[in-house]
Amino acid sequence: MGLKNNLHKLKLKYKGTKMEPAFNAIHTFLYMPNDTTHGGTHIKAADDLKRTMNTVIMAMIPCLIFGMFNAGYQHNLATGDIQAVAGSFFSSGFWNLDNFLIGFWKIIPLVIVSYGVGLGIEFLFAIIKKHEVEEGYLVTGMLVPLIVPIDIPLWMLAVAVAFGVVIGKEVFGGTGMNILNPALTIRAFLFFAYPTWMSGDKVWVEGAVERTREIAAGANLDAISGETILGSLAQGKQVAFSTWDMFMGFIPGSVGETSTILILLGGLFLIFTKIGSWRIMLSSVLGAITMGLIFNQIVDAGIIAQGSKFYGLMSTPFWEHLIIGGFAFGVVFMATDPVTASQTNKGKWYYGFFVGFISILIRVFNPAYPEGVMLAILLMNVFAPTIDHYVVQGNIKQRKKRLKAKIA
Amino acid sequence: MGLLSKKDSRLILDPLADNNPITIQVLGICSALAITAQLQAAIVMAISVTAVVAIGNVVISLMRNVIPSKIRIIVQLVVVAVLVIIVDLILKAYSYELSKTLSVFVGLIITNCIIMGRFEAFALANGPWRSFLDGIGNGAGYGLILVIVGFFRELFGSGTLLGFKVLGDPIEKTGLYAFGYENNGFMLLSPMALIVVGIIIWVQRSRNKALIED
Repeated sequence: MGLKNNLHKLKLKYKGTKMEPAFNAIHTFLYMPNDTTHGGTHIKAADDLKRTMNTVIMAMIPCLIFGMFNAGYQHNLATGDIQAVAGSFFSSGFWNLDNFLIGFWKIIPLVIVSYGVGLGIEFLFAIIKKHEVEEGYLVTGMLVPLIVPIDIPLWMLAVAVAFGVVIGKEVFGGTGMNILNPALTIRAFLFFAYPTWMSGDKVWVEGAVERTREIAAGANLDAISGETILGSLAQGKQVAFSTWDMFMGFIPGSVGETSTILILLGGLFLIFTKIGSWRIMLSSVLGAITMGLIFNQIVDAGIIAQGSKFYGLMSTPFWEHLIIGGFAFGVVFMATDPVTASQTNKGKWYYGFFVGFISILIRVFNPAYPEGVMLAILLMNVFAPTIDHYVVQGNIKQRKKRLKAKIA
Repeated sequence: MGLLSKKDSRLILDPLADNNPITIQVLGICSALAITAQLQAAIVMAISVTAVVAIGNVVISLMRNVIPSKIRIIVQLVVVAVLVIIVDLILKAYSYELSKTLSVFVGLIITNCIIMGRFEAFALANGPWRSFLDGIGNGAGYGLILVIVGFFRELFGSGTLLGFKVLGDPIEKTGLYAFGYENNGFMLLSPMALIVVGIIIWVQRSRNKALIED
């Protein structure tokens, strides 16, 4: 209780000054406020925006921990220090301290930079604009380290976070007013600004870029690399990973998006706590399956020849699209963002369907952008208000018709 | 400004800030997005547009009493087309490389809304001297934004200014690049020009609240 009271005293001390929102935010983030509404309130609920955000973060924690193990595992695998684990999810070749520490020391700085820069800007804007610090960045700050390659330089991340928070969110009026998902804005900025750090076969394995430099400088070392599955498929290469690996997540990729099973668990948790929309998740999967099936049919009909540059990704079975790349992660944690998704229930079906549909479309037809789900969600974010508008108009029309029928 | 009366000097100073053709009237955006990846191109474009709008304003102003108002748009187009062709030929003759960089956008000065806008709004109703000043002012206001945008885009996008490697050599890894700095490829894409213009508008309107319209 000591800390709580101290924070409360600090809050009172700064009441009415410029710094008030900052202390208020720290206090209410950690504890329930000392004063709550008494008497005739009509709605009683334990979850405010901060609890909502924390629930999403809890759903992402398994992905983060797995990402740390996977970072070390991919590194050791690429250097040839360990053998690939086969079969069991709970293999000691994967879940060991050695792997974990490599990832831990790489990923914790990413988390710190993401939160430090992002919250710093949020506090700054709250103080300048004299409103309460908004909680929107809590989830974004955790999403960002999970969707970047492990070796991304920290200053680049800082620049991108600053850009994403200011241009993606604050200029529209802060949390709840943004059109685009801030985490994806940050990733898209990185992707277009520093493409050499966001794609290729060197960035997904810890230390690969460093190793390449040392070799270029004359060191006698073996080069290490790791291509993502989407990258390999886009170039028509053979994929060295089994379906089991893809589902469990023992594959190279952005920090936290590889393990489909943990994302699935996180998704179920979000659905169970009613934070994430099951409509969006389900319809996205349906959309992806539809597009995947169309491409599979095209391949079966023999329209695309084996030598075509689209063949690799087009012939990928439709269900495999769901477990490779960032599709699962994007659909569960980012397409469901309540601010940028469609608000109406009917609109959510359309919105989700097109997210899935367009993701696979971009994946197949534009191998330069192997991760289609990022661009698909951003695109549908822009269209979400339009979808809602037509759903609402449709409702109004229907009711008017019913009214007419009643009168007549 | 002893040279100009107070009223005349406003003709030049107003378009630079509070009545800027790009940030306030939001005209001429296309060229601001297209040719500002390099500072040099932005400067040349700024000078070209200033020359065209200033001279064009004078010509239209001189003819303003003899142009039948029914065909005035066609007359204006002929005037601006002649001037643009002259600018284009001068560029081709004296700096061919640059004219290739600017490519079609020199020709497209004809369609720059600022020019026709000034002919219609100012030159048709004012004398040649005042029209000339108005042309210079609006051209400079347009050019100022182009140069600001070009400065940031070239500095962060290519690490150079006017072609000089101010941040060091990205291949030899000197200067900033020795510390792991890298050029921001996004700066070279047109969307970033739009965002930079947006930031300029943001800064300008937060300094002068009178410009905010709802």
